[in-house]
Amino acid sequence: MTDVEGAAQRSATAVEGPLGLLAELTYRCPLACAYCSNPTELAAYRDELTTAEWQRVITEAADLGALQCHLSGGEPLLRRDLVDLVRTASEQGLYTNLVTSALGFTPERAAELHDAGLDHVQVSLQADEPTLSDRIAGSPSFARKIDAARRVRELGWPLTLNVVLHRQNIDRVAEVLAAAEELEADRIELANTQYYGWAAVNRASLLPSRDQLAAAEVVVREAKERLRGRMEIIYVIPDYYATYPKPCMGGWGARQLVVVPNGNALPCLAAHDLPLPAANVREHPLAWIWRDSPMFSAYRGTDWMQDPCRSCSRREIDLGGCRCQAFALTGDATRTDPVCHLAPDHGIVEAAVAEANEESRPVELPLVARPHA
Amino acid sequence: MSGDARSGAGPSTLPVPTTGVPRLGRGVKFRYDRARDRHVLLLPETVVELNGSGAAILELCDGVRTVAEIEAALRERYTDVPEGQVVAYLTKLAERRHVEIHD
Repeated sequence: MTDVEGAAQRSATAVEGPLGLLAELTYRCPLACAYCSNPTELAAYRDELTTAEWQRVITEAADLGALQCHLSGGEPLLRRDLVDLVRTASEQGLYTNLVTSALGFTPERAAELHDAGLDHVQVSLQADEPTLSDRIAGSPSFARKIDAARRVRELGWPLTLNVVLHRQNIDRVAEVLAAAEELEADRIELANTQYYGWAAVNRASLLPSRDQLAAAEVVVREAKERLRGRMEIIYVIPDYYATYPKPCMGGWGARQLVVVPNGNALPCLAAHDLPLPAANVREHPLAWIWRDSPMFSAYRGTDWMQDPCRSCSRREIDLGGCRCQAFALTGDATRTDPVCHLAPDHGIVEAAVAEANEESRPVELPLVARPHA
Repeated sequence: MSGDARSGAGPSTLPVPTTGVPRLGRGVKFRYDRARDRHVLLLPETVVELNGSGAAILELCDGVRTVAEIEAALRERYTDVPEGQVVAYLTKLAERRHVEIHD
């Protein structure tokens, strides 16, 4: 998208297809994590796509050029047709990745998913030990997660652990890494919380202090070196402390296609509330949604940008950051992501960071649990 | 760590031995990307775009051929296979655990 002179000249055929489909199959979940990125209006998503509708979405995504299918939620294992959906995605040649709390990952279910062609499993952990993990998850779940993680390895899958980091667990990152080593994980994602959905509601209780982050980064750096070639460690920095924003989703409508439980298609998993007409797979073919819908065209490329992004030398690097974060914090999705130090609205982020670093601010603060459905 | 392949992929044993038998790492898929006319390696969060010579090497990583046999097979097919290219390429992939090297 570098040389086009305006949105009008951008022909539909010039839009490359998505690399990945993120299928948020349901927002129902046995856990109640306060850092959840699911939308706060969960009731609006109860009318879930049927099996046949999901199968059509998966097939159309593959036809558009998608190579990967991430099955997520909520808890995707709560969909009784999960095995059928995995089989469809696998038959379409998609790399299938299950993102799960692991509750409901019984030996029988695991074997069925394996036979259906599931390629990879990511198990979430909330901490390294049951007391804290169960408190954050809002449910006694730690022991079952460890069992499930072992089952993943036993069936010959690679094991990725997903750990969302925040104020209340980041001090235990060394112990989390030790637990991952013990489980012989192939990969661990240590991702600092991104403040969408329920996480945004809980931001004041989740945002870590600068000292907490500095200590964690020392641990992570040492572990990366020590475990090189054995366990891959992916550390996602918290963007509130970054100088520049993240290139969210690799660009709006550029690489990833999200479909949420009620069939709405989104360019980013946090785009539910943007003031754009909904693009629903029940009403439109996926190809039209991806190439032509206002939802996917609105912030594609760089033409939508305001200053300072518009004239910034980094505009093709970070792509203005996250549209959803800009909208959530400023009410205008075309403004520079406020995490950028050059953003006119950066003060909003600075105020949150200042609060997180107040002296004598406790580590443990009250959390609003997300409901199960 | 259990499994020879995992310890074998560690940096201490690199570069990969020519007697080793490479195969795709666990959870890694090699396929042709029809929409973009290229071969790719698929991993949980990554798509690795392959050039022609990379794809030619990976097509031969069947878990049976040794590194030396892969190099020989390539030389039968192509006249311009630089000395050490196969070892260097597979070493790079083994470091990232996109391939495992077995004895």
